[in-house]
Amino acid sequence: MAERAAPESSKGHASKSMYWLIAVILGILTMLEVAVFYVPLLHSVIVPILLVLSTAKFALVAMFFMHLKFDKPILTTLFAGGIIVATAIILSMMLLFGTIGPGAHM
Amino acid sequence: MDPHATTFGVHSRKMAMWVFIASECMFFGSLIATYLSYEGKSLVGPTPEEILNIPLTSVSTFVLLMSSLAMVLALDAVQTGDRRSARLWLGAVIVLGGLFLGGQVYEFNHFYHEGLTLQQNLFGATFFVLTGFHGAHVTVGVIWMITLLVMSLRGRLGPERSLDVEVAGLYWHFVDVVWIVIFTVVYLIQ
Repeated sequence: MAERAAPESSKGHASKSMYWLIAVILGILTMLEVAVFYVPLLHSVIVPILLVLSTAKFALVAMFFMHLKFDKPILTTLFAGGIIVATAIILSMMLLFGTIGPGAHM
Repeated sequence: MDPHATTFGVHSRKMAMWVFIASECMFFGSLIATYLSYEGKSLVGPTPEEILNIPLTSVSTFVLLMSSLAMVLALDAVQTGDRRSARLWLGAVIVLGGLFLGGQVYEFNHFYHEGLTLQQNLFGATFFVLTGFHGAHVTVGVIWMITLLVMSLRGRLGPERSLDVEVAGLYWHFVDVVWIVIFTVVYLIQ
């Protein structure tokens, strides 16, 4: 039977100043998202812009606040697995219901 | 040998929370998939363009993001044995989570009076189920934070119990990242 290692310490993550910096960046990204929503010129490209901004926010929270950047890779693998399945469900359903892909009627 | 250790070197409770979070990804993925599949297919109003309040929800989003900052600072304070800061930041998480829930109650009440109900149209059904389940998760998180604050006030939340706060924090941050997706998909991409 494989020897089980003692759980790693919860300490040793980012510094407090780093947490504040991440929070400021998250606030700025949220303001950018809302600004993009109100700029008519950007409405033709609003979906990719918002997807990039929200993915950046998601990644920052997961990496720094949830400590995935500093934790065991298995935890990132677990989380990524859930996200991949969720994304597959969303895309499959949208394709099935004709929201995206050939014959989209939105 | 620690009985709570796993072969991955992660505490079993922390591992369990991550497995739960992975399953929650699929749960919310299904709700978001349903919302997007029926988007724009309502036969009667109100529609998202007519009723969604972007300024209010933007403030709610900011409040929830800042609650994640408070959560991670609470964990840091518990780990370093700074009980006063731990109580302060746990209290901040509770207040900010309560503010978010208050905003959601106001929004739901406003929508109800504007004629949007669970049965009104496809938008109402999918919107209330998706955001309602998210709100229920926030409510559970706030109750969890209150129990941690009570533990701290009773002097039972020292550095040796930091895993309790870390696991609760993972749940709280997950609720935050789900809202990041909902805010973009439901409110901003109409």
